[in-house]
Formats: sequence, structure tokens, C-alpha cells
Amino acid sequence: MSRLFPCGVAPGLDRGASKTRTGTLLRMLVAMFLVIATAAHAQAIDPLPFKDHAQEVRFQNLTRQLRCLVCQNENLADSNADLARDLRHEVFGLMQQGKSDDEIKQYLVDRYSDFVLYDPPVKPATWLLWFGPGLFLLMGAAVVLVTVRRRGRAARIDSRLVDNATIEQGDDW
Amino acid sequence: MSRSLPLIGFLLLVGLFGFGIWWNTGHDPREVPSPLIGKPAPAYVLPLLDDPARTVSKASMLGKPYLVNVFASWCIACGEEHPVLMAEGRTLGLPLIGYDYKDAPEDAKAWLAQHGNPYDMVMADRPGRTAIDFGVYGAPESFLIDAKGVIRYKHIGPFTPEVIERELRPLIAQLKQEAP
Repeated sequence: MSRLFPCGVAPGLDRGASKTRTGTLLRMLVAMFLVIATAAHAQAIDPLPFKDHAQEVRFQNLTRQLRCLVCQNENLADSNADLARDLRHEVFGLMQQGKSDDEIKQYLVDRYSDFVLYDPPVKPATWLLWFGPGLFLLMGAAVVLVTVRRRGRAARIDSRLVDNATIEQGDDW
Repeated sequence: MSRSLPLIGFLLLVGLFGFGIWWNTGHDPREVPSPLIGKPAPAYVLPLLDDPARTVSKASMLGKPYLVNVFASWCIACGEEHPVLMAEGRTLGLPLIGYDYKDAPEDAKAWLAQHGNPYDMVMADRPGRTAIDFGVYGAPESFLIDAKGVIRYKHIGPFTPEVIERELRPLIAQLKQEAP
């Protein structure tokens, strides 16, 4: 793991951080608050010159469907990792060139494999992933069906025995 | 039969989870497989670390196989890998090209001066733009590129003597046979 950029901290930036001395608790709290505040506005500190609001919305939508390779549980839109910032700029540049969302996704897949997509494409290698849950559901349904039938049959046999018993009793009377 | 069914189900799950544990001890689940293996390396032009006025390009490197090692002075795992490259780099029998990734040139030079320079040549990619074309997502990473400029192998993470012996050397021998 140590080979990767620390998540949320750009390389180069973390070196200076250790030099600052936060003496008092108050200063530490203020520092913490600032870190949290800047993390929440990761987009705000990385402004991109969007043409209009629609383009910004499209950019946000697209980067939310792409995985950050460094912090793999984060999408490109949210990640503070250095590489995520680079890739956001890359996506932005491609949008400026008039590339479609699919073309931009393909561009990243060509370099980083399907891994960059949060939704893996349906293909033979991912059939189990996509249809596995349905398969398990069918298997469960089959088990339930068999059990219910077996119990139903058993109950019928039981009731027949009871009926016979009643009839026999009736005969006796 | 029906009484042993829960046991069979349990054993199947044990098998499945056991396989998962076994698989993940041998594989890093965070490792992103490179789609570039077997494909031509992206065209690149990068300045030399020591002399930014001179550049290296894919075209200038055609004709013989070489190993590109992505490193950076800020990268901790590169420090682990470094002694291995110092010891084995010269014995690989092909040029070892350093790829200084998102690094300040003075930091990289100081780092190499301090720890030693195992590279025949170091190219610098400070903005990291070319690295995106190579699908680099951290350091260290290494690419084995053949005489025709095709990426034949990628190693993610630090090289260890075992990995070099088991994976890298056989491939290098194979490349040498292809292009004597």
C-alpha cells in the first residue's frame, strides 16, 4: 500500500505539514476544522473553467461513474488524491475537445482497464457478477419450491391417515 | 440426504470463502491489470532529468528491449525497491530507464545522489501527463518494452529479487531470442 499516494494528501504537500507546529489544542481544532472544510469542498479548491452549468453537471455525472485508481473506494469526483486531480483535468480536457461520455470512458479504459468504471460492462468475464445474484435467487426459489411441495405431500398423507382413522372409527361405531 | 443438506451448504461456503482468502493472499485485490500488455507503448517524448534540453522518445528507443522503472523521491516503496535495482539492474542485460514521476527534479537528483543511480538514463515526467497514457497509478511500476516498442510486461509495486528471478529474467531471455 505504501507505494501509492496517500489518499487525500497530494505528494509533496505532506512534507510541509509536519513542519507546522500546532501548539495549543485550540489551534489543533482550528486546523482540524480547516482540513474537514477543505475536504468537503475538494471541488471548490480545484476549479475548472466550465463553459456553462450544463457542462459542469455533465462533468460531475461522468466523474462520479469513474473510480479513482489510488483510493479505490472513491470516485473521481470526490477523491482528493493527486492522480484523481490529474484525471479530472484529463476528463475536462477531453470534454473540451468535444468527446462524448462513452469516448472519454473508453479513453480511460484503454489505459486503466474496466477497473476505472464503477459499473463493470456485461461481458463473458463478468456474467457471473451480473447474473450470479439472479442465479442464487433461482436456486433459493427451487429449494423453497421443493420443500413446500414435499411438506404439502406429507401433510396430505397425514390428513389421509387421519381421514382413514376417522372412517375406521366410524365403521367401528 | 435432506438432513445433510445444511452441512453440504456450509462446506460449500467454507470452500468459497477459503478460496477467497487463498486467492487474496497471492493477489493484491487493489492491483489494476494493465490493458496495455501486448500493445504498442504510447508515443512519448520526455526530457532527461539531468539535461532537460534533451529528450527521449519512443521512436528513439526502438530497436532494442528496455525496462522502464517508474519511481519518485516521495515514494516510500521506491526506497525499498532501490537496493534491489542497485544490485541487479546491471545484471539484467538490457537498459534500465528511470521514469521520474511527478517529482521535483532537484528532489529526484538529490535522491539518486544519496541512494545511488541504478539507471542508464532517467526521463522526467513532472506533470504526470505521459504517465496517464501508460496507465501509471502509483510508484513504483515497471514496464518491459520490446525492440518493436510493444509493452510485454508490467510489474506493479516494488521489484523483489524473487520477482526478478521468476518473472523478469525469463521474459528478458525470451525478448533477446526474438531480436538478437
